[in-house]
Amino acid sequence: MAEPLLMVEGVSRRFGGLLAVNAASLSAPATRITALIGPNGAGKTTLFAVISGFLRPSAGRVRYAGEDVTGEPPHRLARRGIARTFQIVQPFAGLTVRDNILVGAHLRHRARAAALAIAEEIGHEVGLGDVLDRPAHTLTVSGRKRLELARALATGPKLLLLDEVLAGLNPSEIRDFAPVIRTFCAGGIAVVMIEHVMQAVMSLAEHVYVLAEGRVIAAGSPGEVAADPAVVEAYLGHGAAAKLRSAHG
Amino acid sequence: MKAFLPIAIVVAGLACVPLFVHSNVVLNFLLVTLMIALAGQGWNILGGYGGQYSFGHAAFFGAGAYTTAILQAHYGVNAWLGFVAGVAAGAAVGAIIGGLAFRAGLRSSYFALVTLAFAEVLRILTSVAPITGAGVGILIKLDLRAQSFQFQSRAIFYFVILALVAIALIIAQLLERSRFGVWLIAVRENEDAAMALGVDATAVKLGAMIVSAAITAAAGCFYVQYFLFIDAGIAYGTWISIEALLTPIIGGVGTVFGALVGALVVKSLGEGAKLVTGDVPGLDLMIYGAVLVLVIRFAPRGIVGALADIYAHVTRRFVAPRKPAAGVAHG
Repeated sequence: MAEPLLMVEGVSRRFGGLLAVNAASLSAPATRITALIGPNGAGKTTLFAVISGFLRPSAGRVRYAGEDVTGEPPHRLARRGIARTFQIVQPFAGLTVRDNILVGAHLRHRARAAALAIAEEIGHEVGLGDVLDRPAHTLTVSGRKRLELARALATGPKLLLLDEVLAGLNPSEIRDFAPVIRTFCAGGIAVVMIEHVMQAVMSLAEHVYVLAEGRVIAAGSPGEVAADPAVVEAYLGHGAAAKLRSAHG
Repeated sequence: MKAFLPIAIVVAGLACVPLFVHSNVVLNFLLVTLMIALAGQGWNILGGYGGQYSFGHAAFFGAGAYTTAILQAHYGVNAWLGFVAGVAAGAAVGAIIGGLAFRAGLRSSYFALVTLAFAEVLRILTSVAPITGAGVGILIKLDLRAQSFQFQSRAIFYFVILALVAIALIIAQLLERSRFGVWLIAVRENEDAAMALGVDATAVKLGAMIVSAAITAAAGCFYVQYFLFIDAGIAYGTWISIEALLTPIIGGVGTVFGALVGALVVKSLGEGAKLVTGDVPGLDLMIYGAVLVLVIRFAPRGIVGALADIYAHVTRRFVAPRKPAAGVAHG
């Protein structure tokens, strides 16, 4: 079997005395949704920043499509097909929704007409069809999250890194949003999502990695990791798993 | 083609002025205004569309001016060739300063200060170096022939600078509709987000800096042909850096006509004040300052931006047919 699209091998990232990511390894195959969960401050966003080229790893390697891409700048990785969204949304606030998506669409289409067509199509697919000509700063939280997704998709990615795109949305918005992600994934994209909304992780992801204090402490199907005592302890504190067991037993 | 219609109308309108106005004072005023508009449009490419606020566009104005002046005065090079060389020299200086500043990752105020420093260093160097005439400056020999880029009639000079401004307007219009322009604006709005979408921010900013520098250098070359004199204080003085950034900011940053409108407004106010009060030194600078404060307070997108907002408001209100109340129509 061929190598998975994304392979993270023993990546560490140190900020002065703080080891934010500690020898983390994971892999993500195409057409699958892989989730990355963990308590606040576990190093999930830092790991994304390393994969997408915004930070250089202190140690370890990132392999993408069979090649070592460690330390390449973000724009070159985007050209290779790695797209990311930002946890704190980063719209081009002064531009319209359409022009925001156009920036991404231009990556693979030099001609304005072709790029505009892509922007319009993707705008409709993520549910921003009615607000394409509104300035991005007038969008609601869910609209901004959709815009993050739309811009990333417009670059024609093979690997999509979603950093908490569901956070801050209400349950009905999450129900609307989840199928959009699943559709694009089924179309051949590998999706890695950082997510705190466990209901979404459980229903969307096929494989889950749990990061705590910079290390991968568990990996497996959503059901497996949820039952893992190490995961429960990472979220609820030392000894919590045993207490829960005795309370139930 | 429709996109270029406003440029065609404005340039045609300005081209008619010498047919009706024969006063040398008025023509001279318009000439200088258009020259500042050209320098300002250069700044606008980098500052307005790219969001990189340079305080040292004098570096490019001066590079263009001195290159053509030195080539003509010391080496007998044809003035038209000197003009082309001057524009190229400005672009080269832009590439060097931009390459150093952007590679070092300098943003916002750090970038502004570094550009200011480069312009000042060039001013001091040219005020002592023998080849630039040191403190005396360079005089170009009077030779009123078209092949020497000198004209008997002010009207011809006026058409030349108008043509240069027209080219600069067309460059801005082309930029707005191109992939490069979309990427440049994306870098202005949010550099990290742009990089995540595959934009090579350093290369895009550098490209904009080179185009920007070349346009402002063209204004410097024109200055030499028109006044036949250049010295360090004119070529690399802060006056041109300030006028190059004031005009597009007042007229409308990141708009095609911003620099032209800004130059007309700023220069008219400056001249008007001089007419009323007599030649009080520094008064024009006070006027610029007051206008700048007013514009930033009441029209942060400049005069062109404010007019666009008013136009959009009026058309929404009076021209567009009223939509039925939302929700009712859709059931």
